[in-house]
Amino acid sequence: MSVSLITSVMRRDTQAARVVPPSGVTARLTVFVAAIMAYLAVFALALSLSAGRLADRWSDELAQTATLRITAPMEERTAQTRAALQILRQTPGVAEARALTQDEQAALLAPWFGPDPVLEGLPMPQLIELRAGTPPYDPAGLRARLAGEFPGAVLDDHSRWQAPLVRAADGLRLMALVSIALIVAAMAAMITLAANASLASNAQVIDVLRLVGARDGFIAQGFVRRFTWRGFTGALIGTGLAVASVVALPDMAEDGLLTGLAFEGGGWLLPLLVPVVVAMIAFVATLGAAQRRLRGAL
Amino acid sequence: MIEFENVSFSHGGGQVFRGVSARLAPGSFHFLTGPSGAGKTTLLNLCYGALRPQSGSIKVFGTDLKGRSRDQMAMLRRQIGVVHQDCQFLDHLPLLENIAMPLLVSGKEFSRISGDLKELVAWVGLSARADALPTELSGGERQRAALARAVIMSPDVILADEPTGNVDWEMSQRLMQLLTELNRMGKTVLLATHDLSLVRVAKAQVQARVLRISDKRLMLAGADL
Repeated sequence: MSVSLITSVMRRDTQAARVVPPSGVTARLTVFVAAIMAYLAVFALALSLSAGRLADRWSDELAQTATLRITAPMEERTAQTRAALQILRQTPGVAEARALTQDEQAALLAPWFGPDPVLEGLPMPQLIELRAGTPPYDPAGLRARLAGEFPGAVLDDHSRWQAPLVRAADGLRLMALVSIALIVAAMAAMITLAANASLASNAQVIDVLRLVGARDGFIAQGFVRRFTWRGFTGALIGTGLAVASVVALPDMAEDGLLTGLAFEGGGWLLPLLVPVVVAMIAFVATLGAAQRRLRGAL
Repeated sequence: MIEFENVSFSHGGGQVFRGVSARLAPGSFHFLTGPSGAGKTTLLNLCYGALRPQSGSIKVFGTDLKGRSRDQMAMLRRQIGVVHQDCQFLDHLPLLENIAMPLLVSGKEFSRISGDLKELVAWVGLSARADALPTELSGGERQRAALARAVIMSPDVILADEPTGNVDWEMSQRLMQLLTELNRMGKTVLLATHDLSLVRVAKAQVQARVLRISDKRLMLAGADL
């Protein structure tokens, strides 16, 4: 029954569609709520995609670089630095290791101490920047090896502050996905309520159709068609408005760490799925409501 | 056509029938009489599966109604024309479409039979009202429309529940005439009425038997009516 039902629901204007009387307020409210839900769903979708991008970016970019800090008495520092560089270059998974020059280190501190060379002569630790290759090195193993040779060396692979950021972004993505699931559930519940109301107020229509020999599939079809199209129409409107809103959002500077609330590339096709999914929800919800109702009668 | 065997039926208000057995032969014309509330409507509803008996069996066209699926029941109803006392229609559709509704629900092409449909509407004298909504019709017009709807599929059995209940004498004569014409065409007719004068008049036109519900049983009434 279902396949023929789907195809007949797709054909918009058949005579069978007219057996269910047009109902004003319920119909408009169904379209209205479908539009709102689709609007929210598109936002949740955009949020989940953006949060996903954020999490990926943070974990990628920060995982690639690490800093080795060598603190040793001045006379040993150069030797230790050279030895450390040698170890790093031999370590599998380290693509590049480079000792920062004095000028570069001063530039890093400039925001705090100003451009004047006040730090000259102070015992500053030597920084070595290293870039991970693919596959990346094992931080724990490297740390253990370095600790054995240079007790004053500290390997900072940014995981200390990268992990909470990635967790936050992942949490945001999860929340967005949960929101989508809730929107779907609310949508199904709402359509079921509306369909039940429609079935109840059209009890006479159902009785008459049953009397003249209509099968359940035929009766259900009239209602299913109505609600599927209402859901689809509403969701189309809501999706259109939501996509327009996302487009209208000001562009965020893509400075490597942040991302705007938007779709990217193929992601723009995802909102198009929203009306289709809403139509499917409406189809299933109404069919379920109709079957439950008809099964009770003789 | 329709066979009752030891049928008992009760609902919330108590027992309506006890051990009813009857047999309606093809092409026969039966009146179903009895006082108001005796169960005439209940009996008709049992005939087309709108109610199920607690015990006994009801056979229609030779097969038991028990155990039929809802879809099988729907197919059965296409072969039985039912005219209820308070006929119901799809109030948002014009009369013509309501009369053609059985064709629509059984997937028949509406346009191909529109000639026959017009003929049928003329036969029940509703040509001028074809585009009216059911709510705009008088009681008699609704009864005739319901009769037209009941026979459009050319069913073998016609069940009519007080079809003359809401109409004046002249109109009831006209409806009776339509039913006797159908009977002459070979249809089995079961007509519930409490109006014995109608039965007397009809007996002049058609070979009719009278079934009487009395004391929760169904019996063949005497020929003296």
